[in-house]
Amino acid sequence: MSTAPATVDGPLLTADGVPLKESLQISLRRSKMRALLLVLPPLLFLIFLFVIPIGNMLTRSVDDNLINDVLPNTFAAFETWDKKSEPTEAMFEAFYKDLRDADRTDIGKASVRMNYANPGWRSLIKRTARKIDKMEPPYKEAFLKADDRWLDQDFWRSLGIMKDRVTFGYYLNAVDLDYDYDKNIIQQDEERKVYNLLWWRTIKVSIIVTIACLLLAYPVSYLLATLPMRIANLLMICVLMPFWTSLLVRIVAWMIMLQQNGVVNDTLVAAGVLSDENRLSMMYNFNGTIIVMTQILLPFMILPIYSVMKTIPPSYMKAAQNLGATPTLAFIRVYMPQTIPGIGAGCILVFIVAIGYYITPELVGGKDGRLIGNMVAYHMQRSLNWGLAAAMGTILLCVILVFYWVYDKIIGIDNMKMG
Amino acid sequence: MSSENALVRFVDIQKSYDGEALVVKNLNLDVAKGEFLTMLGPSGSGKTTCLMMLAGFEPATHGEIFLNEHPINRVPPHKRGIGMVFQNYALFPHMTVAENLAFPLEVRHMDKSEREQRVKRALDMVQLGKFGDPRPAQLSGGQAQRVAVARSLVFDPDLVLMDEPLGALDKNLREQMQYEIKHIHENLGLTVVYVTHDQSEALTMSNRIAVFDDGIIQQCDPPPVLYEEPNNAFVAGFIGENNRFVGKVTEDSGDTVKVEIEAGAVVVAKKVNVEGVGSRSTLSLRPERVTVDPEAGSLPNIFSGKAEELIYLGDHIRTRFTVLGHDDFIVKIPNSAAHARLKEGDTVNIGWNAEDCRALDPSD
Ligand SMILES: Nc1ncnc2c1ncn2[C@@H]1O[C@H](COP(=O)(O)OP(=O)(O)OP(=O)(O)O)[C@@H](O)[C@H]1O
Ligand SMILES: [Mg+2]
Repeated sequence: MSTAPATVDGPLLTADGVPLKESLQISLRRSKMRALLLVLPPLLFLIFLFVIPIGNMLTRSVDDNLINDVLPNTFAAFETWDKKSEPTEAMFEAFYKDLRDADRTDIGKASVRMNYANPGWRSLIKRTARKIDKMEPPYKEAFLKADDRWLDQDFWRSLGIMKDRVTFGYYLNAVDLDYDYDKNIIQQDEERKVYNLLWWRTIKVSIIVTIACLLLAYPVSYLLATLPMRIANLLMICVLMPFWTSLLVRIVAWMIMLQQNGVVNDTLVAAGVLSDENRLSMMYNFNGTIIVMTQILLPFMILPIYSVMKTIPPSYMKAAQNLGATPTLAFIRVYMPQTIPGIGAGCILVFIVAIGYYITPELVGGKDGRLIGNMVAYHMQRSLNWGLAAAMGTILLCVILVFYWVYDKIIGIDNMKMG
Repeated sequence: MSSENALVRFVDIQKSYDGEALVVKNLNLDVAKGEFLTMLGPSGSGKTTCLMMLAGFEPATHGEIFLNEHPINRVPPHKRGIGMVFQNYALFPHMTVAENLAFPLEVRHMDKSEREQRVKRALDMVQLGKFGDPRPAQLSGGQAQRVAVARSLVFDPDLVLMDEPLGALDKNLREQMQYEIKHIHENLGLTVVYVTHDQSEALTMSNRIAVFDDGIIQQCDPPPVLYEEPNNAFVAGFIGENNRFVGKVTEDSGDTVKVEIEAGAVVVAKKVNVEGVGSRSTLSLRPERVTVDPEAGSLPNIFSGKAEELIYLGDHIRTRFTVLGHDDFIVKIPNSAAHARLKEGDTVNIGWNAEDCRALDPSD
């Protein structure tokens, strides 16, 4: 603690006559600069690898700028329409101007976007755009000549969904909802509802995998932490082996093991446990996803639990028994509570990795083992609906944050109660 | 010590961890009810191992341990009812102090009001009456130590084991805690088996001290006996300061022996632990039993010595002499009116009684 300086008239000066404050500032500035230089690399790292991509994803999930940039006149004309009567000449003229002035590729992209609002837009615009150079007023007739679907009011009314530059349509789609043409939120058509099922399945799989990992990892970690060094090291190598083996190799190995004519089924049938018709189906379905993901994520559970257990001195268990607790009771009352931070860290880690997993479900999940991650990948790579993929990614992120918050709450409460 | 009132008996105990070396070699020891017995010895001498066997955490490789006349080799630790203070205290970090103390009562299914009463009594006993709420991490070393002691006593065990409980404390606190533990021992009529490698701690606290070395009890006696009548060279060297000569026995007259240290220099010493004429022997002599400038003929051993170094310590002057070719012969000259005034470099006669000079085994 510094003591308050005695009040002095005029500024304090250093030995060479510079005001004290100024020279202090100069010396501080230097150390501040140095500190800044030190934090700069991690800061840049964070910005480029985290803030920018995630910000980009968040923007994409609500971004409807492109269409508004490509069709400015159309949307202006759309606003004047009463949405009941036939589309007016002014609207067609506006559409003509937009198509004529816009860049080809932009029109392509815009038509893809419009297709999400009303399937058919893309082919409609493609056909019309091809003839745009030869069109003459009145444009309504010219458009109708190009394609008579232009009279269909649904197309025009669907513009209402896209007229704002910010849209939540992707989020609605991601949870099986949709906008009607007046931007009311409605249920998605029954046959197009797929995502809610996938969300629940994803969360269910993640929770089951987390619990399975915990049940398997806890005893292994305990052994690792308590066995003599030499044996423990050997066991550790076995635990880490998966990290050193390619993911695909491991998945293929599981396929060989678990499929209908795989090693496990063959052995069970040969041993007479199963009859030939009742072979277990453990691959290309929900079970396959669970089994393989559990194996792959196991190390993420073992390592944090092990590292916490390693720090618990054996004298606690001895003390508890010395005080009269049976070994089991000592374990439950004294040992286990001290491993909770490790359990929490392991669970949250496994859960977070599991909830976004897609390679394993893709390969071994079959139809009912697919997860939301597979949908994100599909929309990123196949359908190119990046807005929807981004919305799903953002929801995933939020789910993880919610679970993290819950974890923090629980562990926090535990901390207050148990150390 | 008759074995009838022995609370603990080690009978022919041997212990090996690896099947190759014996860490404890044939231990026979009785601990009487109400006794404060200290196991003292250098690091690695097997003290903790003995304690762990008694507490039930390590099986004895051979032999039997009796508690209250019952063999306990097959009794698991939680059924032995022995209190224990661990070296690092082993207070459960996820429980408050009060919860730590209540733990042994809880596992004994004691009801809540009685539990609270006992916890309070135990905390009061170690003068921590208001310290029920904090967690162990929030306690100072001394406070944690007291809590550990309180926890080992809260369920009223007859026997309490303490493994270097004061090892982590600073000197002042250690002395204060020695005193407090001693008082608790006396007030409660406990039996305590205490492990330390601090000899002054052992001397102040114990009824008896068992000196361990290399898995063997070298001597087990009350502190004064141990200090004044060590049985062998190890004990003499381990407890207190002593001057040593090594030489050959030239004459054996029953009670005393004559030992030749160097050509012509023969010391008369009390025969304690020597083979006989011709064998080698270590002579041990306490620095405070040496007289400076004795009257000629008053003592059987008088030699001339040169004062090399004097250190003034207030109540006595610690003086290093060269005697009989040894330049590390220490004499404590009491700071009394009658004491000889010496300067460095002076040559004087120094002498000692045959009684005070013990002829022991030739050890090292
Ligand atoms: N769990 C164990 N496994 C193998 N060897 C052990 C084990 N515990 C102790 N030892 C060995 O037994 C010997 C005696 O150890 P012990 O802990 O009883 O000594 P100590 O007298 O308590 O020493 P200190 O004063 O350093 O605590 C040592 O050589 C030690 O290496
Ligand atoms: Mg020890």
